[in-house]
Amino acid sequence: MSNLTNPTFGEAALIALLGIGFVFLVLAFLMVILLISAAIFQAIERKKAAKKAAAAPAPAAPEEKKAPLAKGSCGDLKLHDVPARDAAMVMAIVADELKTPLNELRFTSIKKAESEEAK
Amino acid sequence: MNLGEILVNLWETSGLYGLFGKLDWQSAVMIGIACVLLYLGIVKQYEPLLMVGIAFGILLTNIPFGDIYHPEFWGTDIDYLKVLHDGGLVDMLYMGVKLGIYPSLIFIGVGAMTDFGPLISNPKSLILGAAAQLGIFSAFLFAIVLGFTGPQAASIGIIGGADGPTAIWLTKTLAPELLAPIAIAAYSYMALIPMIQPPFMKLLTTRKERVIKMDQTRPVSKTEKICFPIIITIVTCLIIPSVTPLLGCLMFGNLLTECGVTKRLSSTVQNELMNIVTVFLSVSVGATAVGERFLSLETIYIVILGLAAFSLSTVGGLLIGKLMCLLSRGKINPLIGSAGVSAVPMAARVSQNVGAKYNPTNFLLMHAMGPNVAGVIGSAVAAGFLLAVFGR
Repeated sequence: MSNLTNPTFGEAALIALLGIGFVFLVLAFLMVILLISAAIFQAIERKKAAKKAAAAPAPAAPEEKKAPLAKGSCGDLKLHDVPARDAAMVMAIVADELKTPLNELRFTSIKKAESEEAK
Repeated sequence: MNLGEILVNLWETSGLYGLFGKLDWQSAVMIGIACVLLYLGIVKQYEPLLMVGIAFGILLTNIPFGDIYHPEFWGTDIDYLKVLHDGGLVDMLYMGVKLGIYPSLIFIGVGAMTDFGPLISNPKSLILGAAAQLGIFSAFLFAIVLGFTGPQAASIGIIGGADGPTAIWLTKTLAPELLAPIAIAAYSYMALIPMIQPPFMKLLTTRKERVIKMDQTRPVSKTEKICFPIIITIVTCLIIPSVTPLLGCLMFGNLLTECGVTKRLSSTVQNELMNIVTVFLSVSVGATAVGERFLSLETIYIVILGLAAFSLSTVGGLLIGKLMCLLSRGKINPLIGSAGVSAVPMAARVSQNVGAKYNPTNFLLMHAMGPNVAGVIGSAVAAGFLLAVFGR
């Protein structure tokens, strides 16, 4: 290259081509390295998980008998002795208290708590 | 005591005499431009954290006889002793720009604030981050055609990387005389990304492509997140050592956050350090916009070339996004390609918003964050390449 301070159009085009090629090459190389390191880390994680599973104690005692599910339970949310209408209200109140949109919260189960008086 | 002489002296040392007595129309115009930029930063909120400082720097430097900044001190052979002896406030602050300290410190903060998880879980995002650097090299070529020198064209091209600190870091070395217009163009267009990108996204993708829902990426372990900055620093800085001040600092900041044992440091670099450096950087960059240099045809060219660079970077990301969509048999939504420009997280948000417009149940944000943070690495690599070519 004759003069890099004032390159001709042809020289500049060559630099531009080399430049974009170089960026692609470096980032593709990084991609390969990340893929390899991800494979190594995942293999280590799997080994750890397998070791944990092997060292795990005997199976736990059978689960406690759960209260029958109320009408309205669906998907992941289990309602125990709570009508769907009350559950919806509880969820709305929780979302409002937490100042978090309802669709960003995950409820797994709602169970009616026995009050002291009822006992 | 001669009262008349005192009044004449007072008049002749006032800025008003500089503006009107000596008819310094350039300073007057620059004060007007500073006010417009202050309006854009404060009222329109265009990158206000930087724009307000840059605009105020322009205002300060163009007050006649303010002696806050001396462009003549910053030629090719800089006499730092003279700067320390005779320099104004901004001359002192500008040393941080000239020595490349501020962009690197800002990158420590950016690294600490960035979650590289989406990139680690989907390393193919790096290809999109590379594609979105197309604008840098296209604008470089256009700038050569318009008569700029090689180093100046390289500095103008880097606007397409959509990364303010990288643009400043490269320009202060290759073309310091263009620092102010390039920084202003870079930050203005970054603020305008939600307006610049969507037309290209709609033009280059089909409705069918825009509604593609992408599979959830795998969870990333803490160990992977800790090793990532170390691996990237070793590999990238070994390949292009010139990029070490930028990428090294970016990864150092990220490590402070991810390692979990330096929470206080991570918090400091994200908040106090970042804020202090932003004040110094913005004011000193703005102060380089001295009227007689700034008001030229070159500035207009830079504004136009900057827009071209941003647009072509978006196009590059989208086109490779389309190719990846085709190769993956429709598993990749090409809209995430435009997020390859490194304006984090604005470009990723634009991908999310455009995707959600066509399919409200589509959540592209986390998928777009991968190319977005890859773009930061990509633009730093591009800057390192240009510095290696023109910086010697």
